[in-house]
Amino acid sequence: MLSLAVLLPIAVSLVLAVVPRPAETTARFAAVATAAVSLALLLGVWAGFESGPGFAAVTEVPWIPSLGVAWRVGVDGLSLALLLMSALVFLGAIAWPMEGGSRTGGGEDNEGPNARGYYAWMLFLMGVSLGLFAALDLIVFYLFFDLSLVGMYFLIGRWGHGESQRAALKFFLYTLAGSLLILIGIIALALAMPELTFDMRALIAEPPLAGAGTLPALVLLAFVVGFGIKTPVFPLHSWLPPAHVDAPGPASAILAGVLLKMGTYGLVRIPLQMMPETFARWALAIAVVGVLSILWGAIVAFAQDNLKRRIAYTSVNHMGYAVLGIAAAGSALGSETARELALTGAIVEMVAHGFITGALFLIAGAFWQRTQDYELAHYGGLAGEAPRLTVAATLAAFASLGLPGLAGFVAELHVFLGAFAVWPWLAAVGLLGILITAALFLRLLRQVFFGARPARLAGFADLGAAEAAVLAGLLALVVLIGLWPAWLLSLVDAAGLLARPAG
Amino acid sequence: MPIGDLAPEIAVLLTAVLTLLAAMALPQRRHGLCAGLALAGLALAAALAVGQFDTSRLTFSGTFALDRATAWARLLILGATALSAGLAPRWFADDRRHGEFYAMLLFSALGALAMAGAADLMQLVMGVLLSSVTGYVLAAYHRDWPVSVEAGMKYFLVGALANALLVIGVVLILGMAGSTDYRTLAGAVPGEPLAVAGGALVLLGLLFKLGAVPAHTWVPDVAEGAPVPAAAFLTVVPKIAGAVALARFAGLVPGETMPLQGLVAIVAAATMTLGNLAALWQDDLRRLLGWSSVSQSGYALMAVAVLGSAPGAAAALIAFVGVYGAANLAAFGVVAHLRGRTARADYAGLFRTHPFVAGALTLAFLSLVGIPPLAGFLGKFALFLAALEGGLAWLAVVAVANTVLSLVYYLRVVAPMAFGTPAGRPATLGVSTAAATALATALLLALPLLSGSLAPLLPDGLLP
Repeated sequence: MLSLAVLLPIAVSLVLAVVPRPAETTARFAAVATAAVSLALLLGVWAGFESGPGFAAVTEVPWIPSLGVAWRVGVDGLSLALLLMSALVFLGAIAWPMEGGSRTGGGEDNEGPNARGYYAWMLFLMGVSLGLFAALDLIVFYLFFDLSLVGMYFLIGRWGHGESQRAALKFFLYTLAGSLLILIGIIALALAMPELTFDMRALIAEPPLAGAGTLPALVLLAFVVGFGIKTPVFPLHSWLPPAHVDAPGPASAILAGVLLKMGTYGLVRIPLQMMPETFARWALAIAVVGVLSILWGAIVAFAQDNLKRRIAYTSVNHMGYAVLGIAAAGSALGSETARELALTGAIVEMVAHGFITGALFLIAGAFWQRTQDYELAHYGGLAGEAPRLTVAATLAAFASLGLPGLAGFVAELHVFLGAFAVWPWLAAVGLLGILITAALFLRLLRQVFFGARPARLAGFADLGAAEAAVLAGLLALVVLIGLWPAWLLSLVDAAGLLARPAG
Repeated sequence: MPIGDLAPEIAVLLTAVLTLLAAMALPQRRHGLCAGLALAGLALAAALAVGQFDTSRLTFSGTFALDRATAWARLLILGATALSAGLAPRWFADDRRHGEFYAMLLFSALGALAMAGAADLMQLVMGVLLSSVTGYVLAAYHRDWPVSVEAGMKYFLVGALANALLVIGVVLILGMAGSTDYRTLAGAVPGEPLAVAGGALVLLGLLFKLGAVPAHTWVPDVAEGAPVPAAAFLTVVPKIAGAVALARFAGLVPGETMPLQGLVAIVAAATMTLGNLAALWQDDLRRLLGWSSVSQSGYALMAVAVLGSAPGAAAALIAFVGVYGAANLAAFGVVAHLRGRTARADYAGLFRTHPFVAGALTLAFLSLVGIPPLAGFLGKFALFLAALEGGLAWLAVVAVANTVLSLVYYLRVVAPMAFGTPAGRPATLGVSTAAATALATALLLALPLLSGSLAPLLPDGLLP
């Protein structure tokens, strides 16, 4: 069932790619239906999932036995939570109306927006992202990690606007550099096993490279830099703002909502679980990077006048919380409860950020579709014209700044509770980030939705039915996690991730 | 009867002669038949080679190694030659000497086969010379086109120097060690300066075949100027043979007396870096492919550098040159299919006019970068695994940096194809180029699926 959820979108995307000229509605319907089926399959996996040690719903098919590589997929609480979140964000992004008129280079003589290609790439990316979170083999993981770059490259380059090709190239180069470092790290880990294998379960059960020395530290560095580029953390984030600004809205939602999680997910799954001793030795350095990202993301976001760029930098800030939580969890300091709290917070942050930022970027896409303009200064007083958009944007912004009762708060509370117990001073510095984020979102809301409305914005269309439905779905979950997080917290099972498996 | 041991080579030789005779007898417009003849001969040779797959011994008084490395090299050389021949029929349709092209191709393949199996320095020289001399002709096949003639001339000048030095190197080793037989030489090449110089000269001669620094200068010119089918052949087949021959030779030299493998590691790093840097700003696709092919030689040399210290090195070398060959042939196949169109700007919007052709070129490029699950990834993966296992982590890191660099120029072609607007509908060459390109591209997709059963068949070592 899990393999099917991964492979079905990829298969349908290939069919879409070769079918001669399907109508836009057909392509759209096929894509939405496939995404929904995939999500349903994952819900089925969830229904049969029992929290406990190890992985469930495991499938293993041999691929290259002589190198210990196989198609291995399975879920634990962490990957299941991210799988469900990703499938939902993808469903929303695919169902979001496609940006028709905004093709590369503007005034070119094109034959329409090529809906078939767009939906094919979206489905491809969906299958690839789900595959990454489900992978239990390091090479399969790497495969999906790289394919996600290819998919996003074409989505940004083809359907983006402004300097989209440049942004797409920068994105591809940065993250390919990161992914190759990860490949080197993966090979080094596998070679350190008694028998060459890329089975994640084996590597988690008996972490290799446990001793001190330069080699484990270098391998850890390769992983942290590789995943740090993807996450992204300061100072490896500079690919992110252009990629976001020039990508179409739904692609940005995917990029921020799903693809960034690959970095933090990888950080938990590989360095934290497979080389815990080395991770603990360097946890403080990683935490400092996390805090720097929190502050840098918040401060730079505050200074942006471009709507999408501002949201993009808040992603750096939010992923900083996740990195701080992971670092605190991996440190050998503080109580066990504190470390579990921190990891729970980091994982909830990943899920919450997926929904919240997914919604925010879709909202930004709605602005672009209406005015082709992201300049905050050009907006004002839209509350009267577009009440539904105002409600959605306000809710998403409040969730993003961590208002109690919404998902972001649950995540940040856990992260900081855990981090305070481990490094109080560092956590205190990190808290500043929340203050700045609050200020920047409140200013954004005031500027766009309140005050005087420029004359040219008269007749600004409110959210359409499809847009409203997608945003309502995402934001409903944000509220649900905020009010009743117990189901997510118990699913995540941070204790199980941190525990050394017996035997 | 040892003559049967060389059955594949003999089959290629006889086919070459038959093809030449047929080309003389047939009227020019029927020369396409020579292609069929050549393909049949190659298929026969491949079948004979498969029959000897599991042999592991030296034959013909120890001058020719029959092992899995030879078997793989034979299959790869024959396959690459067949794909190159598949590009030719329409390309040379108006050429007066159309039929002879296949004969020349087969003779050149024969030289490569002799080189790959050589277990004696004299045999090696013979293979290298046969492969080179025919290569010059293939490169300059368009006698009326100055660029092609220039490519052949440059190839010849560099080649003549490199081959002369190779012969001098062989003479020096023969003089100092008293033998050209690999069995006698294995681990016994003396450490005296003259022998060391001889080893370095042999290395240089083989680097020329590989298109590696410092004997790489012919590659971009040949890629640009040679007829596309010949360019496809010359950037792949001599490289496969040269890689295997170099691996065999490197195994002879004891590390204590002569740090040949350390030298190879440095050459590898220099080759991949130079090739990629030079490819960065090429606006001519064929030239870009030429430089990219230089950089790929650098990656292949990584495996030679860890031969002996990493158990998977020989397998990685074969796997890498094999998947490189498929990707490079697919890329040149696209160029041939588009009638040699080579300016980068001419590829704008190709995804809209010829989606499958553009898709094939994109897959070939992504495979050369090493994006999984394409075949190129498995080659690079095997190389990185061997390099790390053999303790050359720094070389793996250099290769990583180079891979990122290479993405820039591949995407400089892919981006206009995918995002640009077509200026018109480019003409294509016909069925045979399409088929050869499709076959090479299909290999890129199919090899990863077959890798589970192919990987155990790869060689785990080389006969001296």
